[in-house]
Amino acid sequence: MLKRTALFEIHRAAGAKMVDFGGWEMPLHYGSQIEEHLAVRAGSGMFDVSHMRVVDVNGADALQGLRTLLANDAARLEPGKALYSCMLRHDGGVLDDLIVYRLAGEGAAFRLVVNAATGERDLAWMQQVRRERGFDMELRMRADLALIAVQGPSAGARLCRAVPHVARVVESLGSFCAAAQGDWFLARTGYTGEDGFEIALPAPQATELWSALAGADVAPCGLGARDTLRLEAGLNLYGAEMDESVTPLESGLAWTVDWREPREFIGRAVLESQRANPGLRQLLGLKLLDRGVLRAHQAVATAQGSGEITSGTFGPTVGCSIALARLPAGVALADEVSVALRAGPARARVCRPAFVRHGRVLQ
Amino acid sequence: MRIPEELRYTESHEWVQTQPDGSVLVGITDFAQDALGDLVFIDLPAVGKAFAAGDVIAVVESVKAASDIYAPVAGTVTAVNDAVKDAPEKVNRDAYGAWLFRMQPQEPAKLQGLLDAKAYQTTVDSEK
Repeated sequence: MLKRTALFEIHRAAGAKMVDFGGWEMPLHYGSQIEEHLAVRAGSGMFDVSHMRVVDVNGADALQGLRTLLANDAARLEPGKALYSCMLRHDGGVLDDLIVYRLAGEGAAFRLVVNAATGERDLAWMQQVRRERGFDMELRMRADLALIAVQGPSAGARLCRAVPHVARVVESLGSFCAAAQGDWFLARTGYTGEDGFEIALPAPQATELWSALAGADVAPCGLGARDTLRLEAGLNLYGAEMDESVTPLESGLAWTVDWREPREFIGRAVLESQRANPGLRQLLGLKLLDRGVLRAHQAVATAQGSGEITSGTFGPTVGCSIALARLPAGVALADEVSVALRAGPARARVCRPAFVRHGRVLQ
Repeated sequence: MRIPEELRYTESHEWVQTQPDGSVLVGITDFAQDALGDLVFIDLPAVGKAFAAGDVIAVVESVKAASDIYAPVAGTVTAVNDAVKDAPEKVNRDAYGAWLFRMQPQEPAKLQGLLDAKAYQTTVDSEK
């Protein structure tokens, strides 16, 4: 029996094509994922992301605990700010990627948003580390919350139109900032490469917000569009670009590892030794030059050896097929490589792992 | 899922419509386009090429997956639908209006062996 969010009935009533996503029955699209993708870049769209897990972190050792658990440094956070980080195993393998928010107020209280499929495992891991280190830390999974992401250049304006009483907070939030309003939590974060807001709110209030947003011309968008949007934006997907078998350094996420202080975080030692390895694989972008569609797991032939596509799709905004791929060291931007498509070998150009930012095609 | 009564079908989700001159138009069914999702590329056969029944005759590629289209009967391709090649979304919007290619069957009698609407419904039901 698949799990359902508070918005399940509204998706079904809207004619969504529902699919199993990590044990949750979620909308793939409401008619056309390409149209939904384009709607987000042109104006706005909304996503039910209530399958993702919210974990609140409190206690005297909350900050120390997060500085131990996360490869990025939670001490960088001022109240009301957000940070993107990986959480690693002792061998440097990635357990999950997540966003950590530092809540406003005097105490050091934090909120994590982690992936749906890994949420329970993440929590068990954090509890284990808490026990082993004797941290005074309270970890609470907030299954009582729903999560709606409103994304696109018009996201803020339409959110304010739909829910006037959050306008003041929405207008005050800078990028990667967050604030509470009553029992809602609004963050100017997202997974599309566009401006936007992610709202955590009590599940019983989700349908009302969704309907109000629909009334303000925000288009419902499913997981299909979510994937093409994030891939065009060059954003990693846990389970595709990284998993426990690779480190952030091989996944294009070296920028999320904070080495600046002598901070002992789980996985640091392995990462330090990997940093010195000139043969380390790298995550880069590919743009298909021939007709077809790049897909995950397709082999990539380069002058430096073979690599593999981690995520591939047809990008509706770029107008061609794009991919992220783990490639050997030495492969350079602008190199032409060969990908084993279903129909035969096809040519692709190596590029930076980002194809669209704020509606603009980058290269 | 629409299954027009007047058409014939294959187990692999192609529809076949006999024309007055004995040729057939071939496309993919509503069930097929729904399963594939938004189409982005359609590769059509060369006009004049002959195929055996069951040969891969075209390929449709969606955001989700690529799918082979099979010749419903042996025959020769006499026309392809260029409009659909340039705008594959037409197939999603109207699967039965968006023919992919026309072919002249080698043996018109073989068309009787194709599924009727009722038999195709059974095929669809078994895949759900």
